[in-house]
Amino acid sequence: MTYTDRELMVIAAAREIRDGELVFVGMRLPLLAFALAKRTHAPRALGLFENGIVREQPAPDTPFTMSDPPNIAGALWSTSTGNIMALLQQGLVEMGFIGGAEVDRYGNLNTSYIGDWKHPTVKLPGSGGGADIASLAKRFVIIMPQEKHRFRERVDYITSPGHGDGGDWRRKVGLRGGGPSALITTLGVFRFHPETKEAYLASFHPGQSVESVRAQTGWDLKVALDVAPTPEPSAPELEIVRASDPEGFWTR
Amino acid sequence: MRAVSKLASMTDAIARFVPDGASVCLGAGLEAVIPFAAGHEIIRQGKRDLTLIGPISDMLFDQLIGAGCCRKVVAAWVGNVIAGLGHNYRRAVERGVPRPIEVEDHSNFTLSLGLLAGSLGAPYIPTRSLLGTGLLESNRSFKLGTNPWTGEPEVLVPGITPDVAIVHVQRSDVEGHCHLWGTLGVTREAGLAARGVIVVAEEIRRREQLLADPNLVLVPPVKVLAVVHEPWGALPSPCQGFYGRDHEFFMRYHEESRSPEGFRAWLEKWVLGVPDWKGFLELLGTETLERLRVKQPQLSEPLDYGAR
Repeated sequence: MTYTDRELMVIAAAREIRDGELVFVGMRLPLLAFALAKRTHAPRALGLFENGIVREQPAPDTPFTMSDPPNIAGALWSTSTGNIMALLQQGLVEMGFIGGAEVDRYGNLNTSYIGDWKHPTVKLPGSGGGADIASLAKRFVIIMPQEKHRFRERVDYITSPGHGDGGDWRRKVGLRGGGPSALITTLGVFRFHPETKEAYLASFHPGQSVESVRAQTGWDLKVALDVAPTPEPSAPELEIVRASDPEGFWTR
Repeated sequence: MRAVSKLASMTDAIARFVPDGASVCLGAGLEAVIPFAAGHEIIRQGKRDLTLIGPISDMLFDQLIGAGCCRKVVAAWVGNVIAGLGHNYRRAVERGVPRPIEVEDHSNFTLSLGLLAGSLGAPYIPTRSLLGTGLLESNRSFKLGTNPWTGEPEVLVPGITPDVAIVHVQRSDVEGHCHLWGTLGVTREAGLAARGVIVVAEEIRRREQLLADPNLVLVPPVKVLAVVHEPWGALPSPCQGFYGRDHEFFMRYHEESRSPEGFRAWLEKWVLGVPDWKGFLELLGTETLERLRVKQPQLSEPLDYGAR
């Protein structure tokens, strides 16, 4: 069975959603992951969108942005950004998804400035709602392509806080949310050590290996003792993902 | 007593209420109802030194920055949502082209809280978001505080009070009683926080029709400076019940604005080369408008405001 890196990422991301959870969805791959989870193991999950939307069912035609009219019609609630963020700050949102341009070994994300922020070499678009999800969700899952220059020992700028410099950093700075629980890349799935909070490789995608993942990681990669290949997508999973992205805009 | 009509052309509304140096909130509805018609008129009139305020800006801030209208950006995200980075935003921040700009980094929540504080007339609102992030360093307007009761750390977000908020809505009367539905984002907070509001409406209706549902009136008309009738005025962003999003336009802009010359050509064609929004719509073509127009109404139930 053939599939793309991004289809596998969507399927791995969907598996991170548990049934009945309030999920901060966002756009692109997470939106497809939410649609897949709803149609498989998490039919009672609810999706939150920072433009002010709560949905029980994904919009029938996957919208390009969360504010496309099909994502509003049929919503459970259409309110303000502030009211959705309020649920997040109250600690009611179990999980959220975030992407990034750069990530480091403790799951901190940079989507703001490459280089010194006072004189950046690249100005990235910024936080959007990412920093809020990272600060306030009970846990969050990072989805991003893996390339060595994006997987840094230390990011230049923390837009969305992961585990800072490890250990109990989040508690020390006063963050209530639990931080990143998984990092899903084009090459594998990373998780975070319960004590040190450092990312380690939990599984490598079919066709990859510990060594191929290590080669695209910019720090001294730790690997789970029971590291194994990421389970292959099933035919029904792929079918649902493809039905949600029929033209392959996000997954091809 | 007959209330005064605030109906104005886009040209007059922008000329009068968006002076050089003003702070202007645009795009408060996130990816929907972005007031592109107003933005393009700002560019045509060559406004300078504006402070642009908005949660995310899907392409509009990038255009205003590239056209040299902007001195400072107060935003959570600036770029092109489905395509990625904003090329003009990058050129301005990285190389000062066409001019250097100052950036005040927010998240969507802190921008919403800043406008909420502004709308409340409150000096600031504390939040637990952004603790430990670089935003606390790069955005000097934030202060790290402590909860006076528990001693826990918190981020203090100062009130944001734009000089003017430009909001695109489905319908309004000539006094500025207006209805917005669909994606709201931070629109209500922005309208209440701003010193004045320019309402851009798809339809102008009679006062009675708007006041039949006073819960849906976005801001008190005392805030409204001008009402502009501009059908399709949010294109290529969507407007619930009226038209969908023109994704291709956003993708094409992303390619065409890659170089400063490419952006100048884009600007000449779509903004400077047309006298007004009708000119833009003619360039876009009736086929595109027909493709984007909402064809299947999905009506809400009428409400009963009966009182006696």
